[in-house]
Amino acid sequence: MSDFFTATVLFSTLAAGIRLSTPFLFAGLGEMIGQKSGVLNLGVEGVMLLSAFFAYWTALSTGSLWLAVLVGMLVGLLMGVVYGLITVVFHAEQGISGIGIFLFGLGFSDLMFQENVGTPKFTSKLPSVDIPLLSDIPHVGVAFFQHSAMTYTAFVMVPLVMILLRRTTFGTNIRAVGENPESADSLGVSVARMRFSAIVIGNTLAGVAGTALVLELGIFQPNLTAGRGFIAIALVYFGAWRAPGVMAGALLYGLVEATVITWKALGIIPRSLSDISAMAPAVITIGALVILARRVKPPAALTQPFSRH
Amino acid sequence: MHRLVSAVIPMLAALAAFACAAIILLALGANPFEGFRAMYTGAFGSVDRLSATAVRAVPLVLVGAGISISFRASVINIGGEGQIIAGALLSTVTALALPGLPPIILIPLVLFAGLVGGGIWGAVPGVLKAYASVNEILSTIMLNIVAVQFMNYMLRSPLIDPLEIERGTRIPQTERLSDNAALPTLISGTRFNLGVPVAVAAAVGAYFLLWRTPLGFRLRAVGHSPDAARAAGIPVERSVVSALALSGSLAGLAGAILVFGSEGQRMITDGSSAGFTGSAGFNGIVAALFGGLHPLWTIPSAYLFGGLITGANHLQRVLQVPAALAVTLNGIVVIFVVSSSKVRDRIGAILKARREFDHPANESTSSPPAEEVAAT
Repeated sequence: MSDFFTATVLFSTLAAGIRLSTPFLFAGLGEMIGQKSGVLNLGVEGVMLLSAFFAYWTALSTGSLWLAVLVGMLVGLLMGVVYGLITVVFHAEQGISGIGIFLFGLGFSDLMFQENVGTPKFTSKLPSVDIPLLSDIPHVGVAFFQHSAMTYTAFVMVPLVMILLRRTTFGTNIRAVGENPESADSLGVSVARMRFSAIVIGNTLAGVAGTALVLELGIFQPNLTAGRGFIAIALVYFGAWRAPGVMAGALLYGLVEATVITWKALGIIPRSLSDISAMAPAVITIGALVILARRVKPPAALTQPFSRH
Repeated sequence: MHRLVSAVIPMLAALAAFACAAIILLALGANPFEGFRAMYTGAFGSVDRLSATAVRAVPLVLVGAGISISFRASVINIGGEGQIIAGALLSTVTALALPGLPPIILIPLVLFAGLVGGGIWGAVPGVLKAYASVNEILSTIMLNIVAVQFMNYMLRSPLIDPLEIERGTRIPQTERLSDNAALPTLISGTRFNLGVPVAVAAAVGAYFLLWRTPLGFRLRAVGHSPDAARAAGIPVERSVVSALALSGSLAGLAGAILVFGSEGQRMITDGSSAGFTGSAGFNGIVAALFGGLHPLWTIPSAYLFGGLITGANHLQRVLQVPAALAVTLNGIVVIFVVSSSKVRDRIGAILKARREFDHPANESTSSPPAEEVAAT
């Protein structure tokens, strides 16, 4: 345990935690925007897997990371249109259709991987962008200022999402259709259009999350996300439908993941218990839900389809 | 005429799903018509295949019957995967502890252990929902993740076959479990085992429970309107726990049947939940929805769905496309079935009261607490 409490190890764990929180943050913010409009998306995991694979495949075959990020986003956007059709146009039960998206993403990303790649090959990873001067500060520089552009973007998204939801007409309308679609409709706000937009934005962010994950690792494997998409959904409850709350949750999960990895490397967690330590995020989530469930209130119309009568 | 239309629409959804499948097959360089023929022969082509489909349908029937129970109480149980695993683990431990019992005692005992294991794993989200207002969709998903990791731990460490350690291969699986617990084959030369009639009996039992017992009446009353049920003196919280525990116990029974009806007669993991359950915890939900959330209609619906899975596996071998095709098709079918209007209206009607449980009437009417009234 004493190996863990040295400045180098602690700060590098912190750095890893911030890096690992990036996919959680993108996906959590995306899910939050969707839920704010009244739509629960349980398919995040599947969308993340699809984007991760196609971004990886693009990086592998073209060598261009920019193109990979673009493809990852586009796949997310496309899945957003699909999920929008399912939930907004066809009014399907959101809990179960999301599981369909998850199974499709799990299967199709695996299928495409076996068919087009087969044996895992490394691709180039996202380069780290050192912030001038700040990145030279001992320890602190490593922890906060030597990350990829994706990680910085994820944290910049937090105030942007806040402004979008609180200060713009578009955001106000999204919240209105999530709280009281009947009133919003009577005031001339198109519930279907707002929800569709929110879903497309949300799924695009889920796509970015998958892309960030695979390009940080530089390699794809079937079921790469390993439950992160589901954790992202819980993060929204955790963060009480507020962007800074989602960020705090994402950081917590990133740090837990990083700590588990470090402890395994240092032998603090024996190999035989590594499956038990892998339960940590899910167990923490259940604990957090127990504490928070009665204290936070979801958008009133969450999971309620809307149709004019 | 209206009935005809409403029967045709889910079929259209299935056709649309097949159209998507055809596109994927074309993209993989396979002939879709050959593909669908291979699917059909693989699922229903011979007595052997029909039996394989029946075996495949067993967990879907059980999970589906359980889903019907929980949905009727307006509770969404997405935790089938974890509940199957919990039931399988408890039944495996039971068989390891008491291998010498005669089959006539040991078989019912391991099946009962499956019921108990799944029931406990189902009761947890029930308690969390009833007494801490935790959304059961989220808690059941999290408990799925916990169950998979727990299974991996158990099969890699405490329950691993001692031979695997001796040989150094360390494949995460138990030793061959007692033959006294093996479910007997009922049609020789096929895989049709005792699990099939057990599953059908359990689905019939679920039907009787829901419509012929006081407990079933309470569950349906809570599903219909928690406020009205509470006003009538029905213990709403306890009913929610019962609904999830019953639903979970049927999934747990499926887990026991998966272990003791398997050819290897052992529990094995590939690290994922689908590797053990074949995603039955999710597919059972769809089988139940396709069967109109009625335990008896879930039986033929699960059989068709089982055929889809055995067919997709056969197709994958014949056309030599990756095995993940089956999961992909599976997802597509789920999406189309849930989007089809008949299924949607049915779910909508049954889950109407879900909001009421989350926002009970007595909380929304803001009458001040008694002490405050007394103080003024």
